[in-house]
Amino acid sequence: MRANTFTRLWSIGTGRFGLIVVALVALLAAVSLVWTPFDPKDVDVAARWTGPGWPHLLGTDGTGRDMLTQLMTGARTAVFVAVGSAIIATVIGVVLACLGSLTPRLVREGVATFIDILIAFPVLIIAMMISSVWGGSLWVVVIAVGIGFGVNIARVTRPELRRVLASDFVLAARASGLTPGQVVVRHLLPNVAPVFIVQLSWSMGVALLAEAGLSYLGLGASVGEPSWGLLLSETQQYILVHPLAVVWPGLMISISVLALNLLGDALREATDPTLSRRRRVPRGARNAPSQPGSTVIA
Amino acid sequence: MTRFLLTRVALLIAGPLVASILIFLALRVFPGDVAQLIAGSKGTPAQVAQLREQLGLNEPLWTQYVDWIGGVFRGDLGTSLLTGSSVTEQLAEKAQVTVPLALMSMLVALLVGVPFGVLSALGRGKRSGSAISFIAQALASVPVIWAGMLLVIVFALWLQWLPAQGFPRGGWNHTPQAFASLVLPALTIGVVEGAVLLRFVRSATLQAMTEDYVRTAAAQGLTRTRALLRDGLPNVAISIISILGLQFAGIVVGAVVVEKLFNLPGIGRMLVTDVGNRDLPMVQGEMLTLTVVVLVIGVVMDVVHRLIDPRLREAS
Repeated sequence: MRANTFTRLWSIGTGRFGLIVVALVALLAAVSLVWTPFDPKDVDVAARWTGPGWPHLLGTDGTGRDMLTQLMTGARTAVFVAVGSAIIATVIGVVLACLGSLTPRLVREGVATFIDILIAFPVLIIAMMISSVWGGSLWVVVIAVGIGFGVNIARVTRPELRRVLASDFVLAARASGLTPGQVVVRHLLPNVAPVFIVQLSWSMGVALLAEAGLSYLGLGASVGEPSWGLLLSETQQYILVHPLAVVWPGLMISISVLALNLLGDALREATDPTLSRRRRVPRGARNAPSQPGSTVIA
Repeated sequence: MTRFLLTRVALLIAGPLVASILIFLALRVFPGDVAQLIAGSKGTPAQVAQLREQLGLNEPLWTQYVDWIGGVFRGDLGTSLLTGSSVTEQLAEKAQVTVPLALMSMLVALLVGVPFGVLSALGRGKRSGSAISFIAQALASVPVIWAGMLLVIVFALWLQWLPAQGFPRGGWNHTPQAFASLVLPALTIGVVEGAVLLRFVRSATLQAMTEDYVRTAAAQGLTRTRALLRDGLPNVAISIISILGLQFAGIVVGAVVVEKLFNLPGIGRMLVTDVGNRDLPMVQGEMLTLTVVVLVIGVVMDVVHRLIDPRLREAS
C-alpha cells in the first residue's frame, strides 16, 4: 500500500518535482552538519558583497560570509521549523478532530464552534501573542504554525472522521468487541490519514513562509542563527545597492514552498481513490479548491 | 436557513468574546511577573510595584478582564504604557494607512485572481492554461517580503516610477504622494493573494463548465466559452464570495509584514513595534481589533454567500 502510493506519486510529474526538491533540501541540511564550503561563522571583511564566482560560488553578504554556506545551514533551520510544526499540528489536529467528532453531541458542537473561532486567528497573530510574552525565537514559529495548522487540519479532518464513523466497517468493528480506543487507532485514523498527510505537506510550506515573515519581523530566528528568512531581512536594507544578494535566500524559500505545495497536491491525487481514475471523474472534481495557501501567513 | 443564520449570529457574538478571553489569557497566564518583565532587569522594586498598580495586576484575573472588556464596549481599548496615548485613538489614526492599503490590495487580488483564474480554466489542457496555473502556483509560494523586495528592485530602483519606501508626512493632505506610496505595497500583497484566489476561481470555473445549464446554453448554439461567460460566471462569482473572507485575513496579515517593509505608519507596523516593546495594553487592543475584524468579515461573507445563492438557501 505504501509502495503503491509512492509509485503513484512518482508517476505524477509535480509529485516527482516535489519529492526531489524536498529530498535535496533535507540532504543540504544533512551535509551542512559535516561540511560546508566555508566556516558559517567565517567573516571575510575584504570579500564583502562579492558577486557569484570562485571561491564564493553564490557570492557573499554584507559581512563577507559565504552565501552558499549560509543557504546550506539555513536549510537545517527550514527542516527544523517544517518538521517541528508538523508534529505539533498533528497532535493538535488529531486531538481537536477526535474531540469534535467522537464525543457527545453538545461537546462535539462546542468544539466545532471553537475551531471556527480559532480559525480567525492568523498564524502571525498567534506568533505575536506568544512572542509578546516570551520574546521571539524559532520555537515561536514552530508553535504558532503548529497551533494554526493543527486547527486547520482539525477542521478538514473532523467531517471526514464523522463520515468514517458512520460507515459499516466501524459498526462491525464495534460489534466485534473492539474498545473505542482500538477503533480510533485501527480504523478511524488510518482512514483519515490521507487527508491528514496532504494537509501536513501544505502546512510545512506555510511553516517556511511563516519562518521568513516572522524572522523578518524579529519574532523568529535571532541574529546569528542560520535562517533563510533572517538572511532575507539582513540583506533588505541593501537591496538598492546589492539586489542580487536578496535573490538567493528568496529563491530557496520559494522553491522549497513550491515543492511542498506541489507535493501536497500530488499526494492528494495519489491517495484519494475517487480522484485516481482520472477519466471517470467529472472534469471539475479533480481541481476542487486546494490548499489555503498564504491565507494563514504572509 | 433560520438555523444557519442563528448559528452565524451566535458565532458573531461568541467569536469576539472567546477571542478576547483567549487574547487576555494568552498575555497573562505564563510563568513570572508581567510587571517585572515589562520593567526589565533594571527595574527597581518600586517601579515594578507602580507598574503592577498601573496594570491592575493586584486585582483578581476576573476583575481585570471585566474592567478591560467593559472599557472595550465603551470604545476604550486601554492606554499605552509607553506613550500614555489612547489605544483607540492610535488605531483610528493608523487605520488611515491600513484600511486604504487593505482595500487596494483586495482590488489588485481581484484583478489578478478573477480574470486569470477564468482564463486558466478556459485554457485547461492547452499550453496557456497550464502556464497560468503554474505561474499562480509559483507566486503563491513566494514569501510576501521577497515579492515586495523584487517589486522595489524593478519599479523603484530600475524604472524609478514609484517610491521605494515611506509615506508623506502630511498623510492624505498630499493625496497623490500618499496614493503613490501605497501602490507598491498593495501590489505586493495583492499579487501574492491574487495567486491564491486564482486557484479558487479556476476550480470554481471548471466546476461551472460541467454544469447542465452551460451544456444547455451550448446546445442552444452558443460557443462553450460564451455559454460559460453568460451563465457560468455569475455562479463563479457567488462561490468565491466566501473565499474573499479568508482572503481578507491573508491581506491583514500581509499588511503587517508589508508595512514594515515599506516603512508605512499603519496598524501592522504599530503592532510589531508594540510587541517588541511589550506594551501589553496596546498589543491586547490591537490584536482584539484585528481578530474581530477578520472574524466578522468572515462570518458576513459566509452569510452573504448563503443569502444570495438560491441553491444554498433551498438546501438548508
